[in-house]
Amino acid sequence: MIEQIIFYLFGGILLLSAAMVVVMRNPIHAALFLVLSFFASAAIWLLLQAEFLAITLVLVYVGAVMVLFLFVVMMLDINLVTLREGFAKFLPIGITVAVLMVTAMGLVVGADYFMSDTYMAIKSVGPDYSNTKELGMTLYTEYLYQFEVAGAILLVAIIAAISLSMNKSKITKSKKPEDQVFVKKQDRLRIVKMQSEPNTKNGESEA
Amino acid sequence: MITLPEVLSLAALLFCISVAGIFLNRKNVIILLMCIELMLLSVNMNFIAFSHFLGDIHGQIFVFFILTVAAAESAIGLAILVVMFRNKDTINVDALDSMKG
Repeated sequence: MIEQIIFYLFGGILLLSAAMVVVMRNPIHAALFLVLSFFASAAIWLLLQAEFLAITLVLVYVGAVMVLFLFVVMMLDINLVTLREGFAKFLPIGITVAVLMVTAMGLVVGADYFMSDTYMAIKSVGPDYSNTKELGMTLYTEYLYQFEVAGAILLVAIIAAISLSMNKSKITKSKKPEDQVFVKKQDRLRIVKMQSEPNTKNGESEA
Repeated sequence: MITLPEVLSLAALLFCISVAGIFLNRKNVIILLMCIELMLLSVNMNFIAFSHFLGDIHGQIFVFFILTVAAAESAIGLAILVVMFRNKDTINVDALDSMKG
């Protein structure tokens, strides 16, 4: 009973904040409501005994991705008026599509397909059960190659983001290999004829 | 006790809200990216619900990978957004028409 109250409370918060993300005029407010919806869904994931992923959602999504979103939103100087132009025009079709999808999904989800005994059996776990440990045991054995591919994807994302957003002409002092190959001796080395200096004591200058 | 259809209904409603958001905010790239994040969140919630009610840990592994790919996607998307703002001085989707598609 208490689980159901918590589920409906956080589900309501989740849906409300998702709706606010959609209708908010200011992108900063939308990003903050998105943070709220991530927190609410993390609570629901905790209720579904996915503790590691709930913490990951808060740490990675709220801590990194949403901060990146807020950083970009605050860095750009956006004209909000032109961006809101089509809102009223597309409101009917948006609501129509949403209602149609809710109806279609409700016919599948709300029916008795998922009410069978197969889906009702919740494996109750003891207090010494560790979700993180079981997840790690599966991740590092069965899904090891996929895990490494995920690391490669993150590396590609880092390199792509840096190389996209870097202003190459101003910041970098990068070398040009084609110029280095074609350089000649007289470009770099200059021999100057001059007379030899008389030997002077240290610190003492010739007047 | 929570049942599976309740969680699935919540995820379906969240998905529909984000689809409606893509229709409504089709000019603002930032809100579009946020709506995509909400869609991925609802899909993740389905995975976790089935993982819980079937007692199978593999659903949570999939959520882990989806989170990884979503983080990479939003990082690259925001980088493209910054480059677009630098070149065009706007983040309107209608300004992205230089290829005359």
